[in-house]
Amino acid sequence: MSGDRLQECFGRCRNENRAALIGYLTAGDPDPATSEKLLCALAEKVDILEIGMPFSDPMADGPSIQAASERALAAGTHMDDVFRLTAAVRKAHPDIGIVFMGYANVVYVMGYEKFAESAKRHGADGVLLVDIPPEESHDLDAALKTEGLHSIRLLAPTSSEERRKLVAANASGFIYYISLTGITGAEIGELDSIRKQVDEIRHLTKLPVCVGFGIKTPEQAASIADFADGVVIGSHFVSQIAEHLSDSCAMIRAVGDAAGTMLEAFRAGSGRRE
Amino acid sequence: MPTDSESIYGFVTSHKPDAGGHFGRFGGRYVAETLMGPLQELEDAFNEAWSDEAFQAERIRLLQQYAGRATPLYHAEHLSEEVGGAQILLKREDLTHTGAHKINNTIGQGLLAHRMGKKRVIAETGAGQHGVATATVAAMFGMQCDVYMGREDMQRQAPNVFRMRLLGANVIPVDSGTATLKDALNDALRDWVASCQDTFYIIGTVAGPHPYPLMVREFHVVIGQEARRQCLKQMGKLPDVAIACVGGGSNAMGLFHPLRDDPVRLVAVEAAGHGLNSGEHAASLGTGKPGILHGNLTYLLEDSDGQIEGTHSISAGLDYPGVGPELAYMHEQGRLELMSATDEEALAAFQQLSLCEGILPALESSHAVAAAIRMAADMRPDEILLVNLSGRGDKDLNTVCEKLGMGGMESLT
Repeated sequence: MSGDRLQECFGRCRNENRAALIGYLTAGDPDPATSEKLLCALAEKVDILEIGMPFSDPMADGPSIQAASERALAAGTHMDDVFRLTAAVRKAHPDIGIVFMGYANVVYVMGYEKFAESAKRHGADGVLLVDIPPEESHDLDAALKTEGLHSIRLLAPTSSEERRKLVAANASGFIYYISLTGITGAEIGELDSIRKQVDEIRHLTKLPVCVGFGIKTPEQAASIADFADGVVIGSHFVSQIAEHLSDSCAMIRAVGDAAGTMLEAFRAGSGRRE
Repeated sequence: MPTDSESIYGFVTSHKPDAGGHFGRFGGRYVAETLMGPLQELEDAFNEAWSDEAFQAERIRLLQQYAGRATPLYHAEHLSEEVGGAQILLKREDLTHTGAHKINNTIGQGLLAHRMGKKRVIAETGAGQHGVATATVAAMFGMQCDVYMGREDMQRQAPNVFRMRLLGANVIPVDSGTATLKDALNDALRDWVASCQDTFYIIGTVAGPHPYPLMVREFHVVIGQEARRQCLKQMGKLPDVAIACVGGGSNAMGLFHPLRDDPVRLVAVEAAGHGLNSGEHAASLGTGKPGILHGNLTYLLEDSDGQIEGTHSISAGLDYPGVGPELAYMHEQGRLELMSATDEEALAAFQQLSLCEGILPALESSHAVAAAIRMAADMRPDEILLVNLSGRGDKDLNTVCEKLGMGGMESLT
């Protein structure tokens, strides 16, 4: 893929000898106008921004991101708004990676081709739909490929060797390794086991391997950044919104600060990386 | 006994989905990667058990000795006469242990969980019948049991909450979303994503990711197998029409599957709530469109952005925005006829069956009875209309008495 922004992001991080910081927020949370400022504040700090498409039934998410979806939908966020917010972030941050994350139905109902075309046009680089495994993704992948969008795939502690090969063969952009057997925001698994799994996945693919789900503290993030190509932080940033619902200025500052603290922790740990 | 059982309860699977669990374009396995491994393990275990004579013999033994099968096929002559048309026959699933067809499935999945060495089962429930049936087999097999139930449903089906607790189950209230069946399913899935290594998720309907729609259907086909045989024996011919209420569709698939290759009209009755034009109903086949929810592609009630819409039905068991993928497929193939019944029609049917036959039907089943009454009136007396009376109405007394102005349970003192 020429002009591949995601690979450029990982390349820049490699040059700085650190892992990529990937930050998630739900688009439209707590309302579309504030969300634009929040997304831009987070984009200042992260290497790759994951923009969540709100869904009424986010089955893989814990209470924090469930509440984010509920706030966004209650504030009247539609897919048009998600695209509009994405375009605003892209305009202000031409070089960061942008990945759409969400659930199958929103995209299925829009139509895979129409979604892929719109995602590309508004500035996305890749798409990760939690509930579309490779077995069900033929049509989606074809649509994403046509637009030159990455199809990012998940691997989990429960994925067999056979499944890892299947997923690795079908992924592009990066592999997202789920650090725990559970939903977003739960307690992270054993560090040694995560490291071992990431090493095993590396044998199957040349793609960057990123780790997410349940990473809340800068210390946890830094210790995973020691061996992973990227660390995804979601619930921790989203919870800053919930904690400052009455004061949008404080909210925006809190999200930016939380991301800044994470980035500092990565930089401080860069010497430890092999 | 296996030989006897085999003659009544055939174990040969027909109308299989494809290898990925698709019925046409519907069904499949739309779940997070974490669940793909556990679902494959479940599929393998089910396939192995289903072809194991010992498993089938034990399952049939429990269905007979524990659940009370075969259930009777009752010729409701008084109701037939009052309606003045076709002969109405009731498949009395309400007479099973725990009072609804749901026990057929939980015996099957409970045995499978036991065979797989799982120590804990979880379930979602709407009306509470599936929760009770799960708690029942968990008690029998000595497994820990957690049941997710929407807080609104806990209130309107309070007797079933007490039954589950008395059976040793832990009922977990669900407050997210609309606090009804779909949200209970979400939370049960969230639990299972974290606990899949030692927990068996007993899904209560013919929906969810493959192999659930197939597996739950197979555990319920005893309904149709018995009914088909009983109708031939008692009436000398097959029914002209088979009719069942549809929420997720487990009682409907159980009745319809053994009749689908026969010249029998299959009628699915959905909950029309306050009316199909009111925006407050649960008729996903009749008014929804295809989408992806709870692990499968099927007909859903959703808005133009793909957000799942709130539903309404007087019966908690039908208050669900989706439907089993095989029913979606049969609908698109033209094999189903769709009808619906409003809250009011279901209540009227509840009363008519109670007064005329001395049978209190579940509010879910009352939807099928309402449609049957409407349909039978336009049929000839030599025609047969077979209704799946999927559950008994005891759990609904509070709701019904309040709606009929008899006051709630507390008004008696």
